[in-house]
This record gives sequence, C-alpha cells and structure tokens, in this order.
Amino acid sequence: MKNMKAIFMKQIIDTLKNKTVFIQFLMFPIMAIIMEKAVRLEDMPEHFFAKLFAVMFIGMAPLTCMSTIISEEKEKNTLRALMMSNVKPWQYLISIGTYIFLMCMVGTAVFAVLGEYDGKEVVIFLLTMISGIILSELIGAVIGVYARNQMASTSVTMPVMMIFSFVPMLSMFNETIKKYAGIIYSQQISDLINGIGSSEVPFEVTSENMIVIAANFVIGVILFAVIYKKKGLE
Amino acid sequence: MEITIKADNIEKSFGSKKVLDGISFQVRKGQIFGLLGPSGAGKTTLIKILTGQLACDGGSGVINGVDTHKLTGEDHKGFGIMMDNFGVYDRLSCYENLKVFAQIYDVQEDGILNALKKVGLEKAKKTPAEKLSKGMRSRLRLARVFMTDPDILFLDEPTSGLDPATANEIHNMMLAEKEKGKTIFLTTHTMSEAEKLCDYLVMLNEGKIAEQGQPQEICRRYDHQRMLKIHLWDGSDMQLPHDENAAEEVAALIKNGRMETIHTTEPNLETVFMELTGKELDV
Repeated sequence: MKNMKAIFMKQIIDTLKNKTVFIQFLMFPIMAIIMEKAVRLEDMPEHFFAKLFAVMFIGMAPLTCMSTIISEEKEKNTLRALMMSNVKPWQYLISIGTYIFLMCMVGTAVFAVLGEYDGKEVVIFLLTMISGIILSELIGAVIGVYARNQMASTSVTMPVMMIFSFVPMLSMFNETIKKYAGIIYSQQISDLINGIGSSEVPFEVTSENMIVIAANFVIGVILFAVIYKKKGLE
Repeated sequence: MEITIKADNIEKSFGSKKVLDGISFQVRKGQIFGLLGPSGAGKTTLIKILTGQLACDGGSGVINGVDTHKLTGEDHKGFGIMMDNFGVYDRLSCYENLKVFAQIYDVQEDGILNALKKVGLEKAKKTPAEKLSKGMRSRLRLARVFMTDPDILFLDEPTSGLDPATANEIHNMMLAEKEKGKTIFLTTHTMSEAEKLCDYLVMLNEGKIAEQGQPQEICRRYDHQRMLKIHLWDGSDMQLPHDENAAEEVAALIKNGRMETIHTTEPNLETVFMELTGKELDV
C-alpha cells in the first residue's frame, strides 16, 4: 500500500508542474462552463454543451493522461527505478490509474453540476462516466505499455483519442458516421448521457449499450494482456 | 571474512544469445568488488539477476544469505541499486525526488536530508531535477541509494560520462561508504576506476569470466608483458623486452650518451584485458 501511496503522491506533485497533463483535466470542464453560460440557441437540447464536452472529456483526458504518464516514465527510466525499488507493475498501474480516475471525477462533478441532474440522475450520470473513464484508462494503458517513448505514444494516442472523443460529436450531424460509431464505447456513453435528465430523449439502458461497452472492455483487456506479455512495463 | 554475494555458475540467455555463461564468484563483506568489462559484456544483466529483478536460466545467486529467486521486500531494504540509466523526475525537486523513494523504503525526513547532505546537494534540495547538471543528477541518483543506508550498494557505471572532478567526488563517496563497512558492487568499463577503487575484480567478456582476482595480483599474473620504455635525447622512443637480452642494448645506449630516461612498463588492467580478449575496455 505504501508503494502505491508514494506513486500516487508523486503523481499529484508532478501533475501540478506538468501543464501537458494538467490541462487535460481542466480543458473540457472549463469549455463546458463557458459554452453553457455563453451560448443559447433556439432548439438546442438542454445542457447540450455539458453533455457534449462530458463525452469528449471521457474520450480524451483519461486516455491521453494514462498513455502520456506511462510513456514518459518509460522514456526517462524513472519507471525502471521504481521497478527496481520493489514496486510491482500492478501497483504502479493501479496508482496511476486511481490518480487519473480521481482527477477525472473532479471534472465529472463539474459536468454533473452543469447538467443540473437530480439525485437519481446524478448517480446514473456518475456510473456512466465512470464506465467510460475506466475504459479510456485501459486504452491509455495499452498505448503507454506499447509505446517505447513519448513520441511514439503521442503518435498513437492522437488518432485513437480523436476517434473516441470526436466521433460521438460528429455522429450528431451525420447518419452514416452514427451508424458505424455504434461500435465504440464513447458513442454508447454519449447516447446514455444524452438521455439522462432529458425531457426530449427518454433515458434507457439498451442491450446494445451494455454489449458494446462490455465488448470494448473485453477487447481492451485482451489487448492489454497481449501487449503487456510481449513488452512488459519497462 | 563473511560472504555477502555469491554467484554460482549463473547462466542467462535472451533468445538464442547467451549473455551470461557459467559466472561464479564471491563478494566479501566490506569489499569494493569490481565487475569490469566493455559495454554489452553482461554486467547490467548480472546485477539484475543478483538483485532479484531477473531470473537466471541456470546456476544460482545468493545475496545476504538469501537465494535471489526468493528475495522479499524486506530483503530488498538490505541493498541499494543505482543503474547508469536510472532517471530522475525532472519536474520534481531533489527533495521531492527522494521523498518518493523514502515513502517506499520507510525512510524518515532526516534520512532524506542526510542523503542530500552526503552527496552535497543540501543547498539544491528545492531545485527541480531538470535544472541540475549531469554530475548533480548522478549525485541525486546516488543519494537515492545512500538514503536507505543499505549494507550492499550496487553501482552500475556510477561515473559514466562525468567530468574527472565529479567522478573523483563520487569515488571518494564510495571509499567513505567502504570505510563504514559497506559492500560495494561496482560495474565499470573504466580501468583506472577499477584499479583505484576495487579490492577484487572480475573481468567479464561476452558473458564469460575472462579473469578474476585482486587488481595487483591480476597484473602480476601477466607480468610477461613488462617492457622497458626508453626515451632518447634525439626525441625518439623505443621499447625493449624486460629481460637479459635487453641489457646489452641498454648498456650501449647509456655508453653512447643517447638515453635520456628509462622506465619499466608494468602491465595494467587495460593491457591484461586486451591480452585476454583482444578488445579495449573503454568502449
């Protein structure tokens, strides 16, 4: 436990000095606050920007932060120093994952307030966001373990992040994209979030939502297992 | 004297490449033990095996009486490791860097401060590591090892790429630790460092032990290389074998007044290593 606490505390201090990572946690919540307050259009769904940016936040922040932190530690050989100090790979991954999860939950709280959800809706919103954050962290970990250094990590993270973050937004305007976007978890999460607290779209968890999210999770776990077995953490 | 590290016929391969082949030696308590060899000789792999970070394919390693396969977290506290490529957290200060590892090893506040003082970084404790010079970063990595006050220190090329003054400072730190009875397992490819510091040496080449013993003893074994190095008044140099056949020639040079200086050239670790392997060490 002390190993995990040490890594967790290190990450808090490090992030406060690391603008690249820190901005990931702030960007979408701040944009949502500004857009929710500043933009009012006729026929615009309620809390449109809070929901839109919440989905984009899920597809971007946990994924990018996880891959960036792991690949930076690999590149600079600080991860090796930790591993040789009797820190187990799972302890490292859980510590970093927990840290990112908690930071993302702060952003999630901002979206929840902007969405003006009532008691039950807040719980549903949080659970939906949590499932998305965990999945994005898993994909970020896959990239972080796969990439040899930060540059390699960025080149893989960028397109992957664009898909999970922007496709749900684009699918609002294009039926073809929407049809194919259904296979990715962020689209399913977007569908779920759009139904929470909405008077226009009824909230419903469909079997499609469940199956796609579960399938994405299983694929993520298999990918992680294969790449971890091949490359290890160092 | 007590044996703290024992390697017994250690073997290790990566794929089809055998990187360690039948490595056996013993390290006594309080010794500076040197593992000398060129880059790629298998030095780092051996450290990883002896510290339980990597399993060997054959043979065994024992550290502080414990099989390296069975080392626990508690056993790890008995030794500190500084690998040549260990990084530091650039954005964290020297103090914050050590704090991360202090929490892992249950080191108290004064342990961190003492380690910084020992390596001469107490004034830089709030300085971010990214602003440190290469020498200071090496000292910070050393502080990380000293902080836990381990009985055995594994130092992998601790002075690699450093200027002579900083390297000398680190040598003095190592000698001070030895004075306190610590065992130091030093890997190096610098012959002068090994000669200066090590009580016992193992020369490693392509995964095999080429030679081992005390540095002076190793050199004596290869004393047949001894030469006479003569500098003449006309500015030229000449070398003669150190035997009776050279006597007449030397006498003639003295008689003719041509000789300015004469020295014997004892073999050093570099020349011994070259004789054994056909390779230079500083590569």
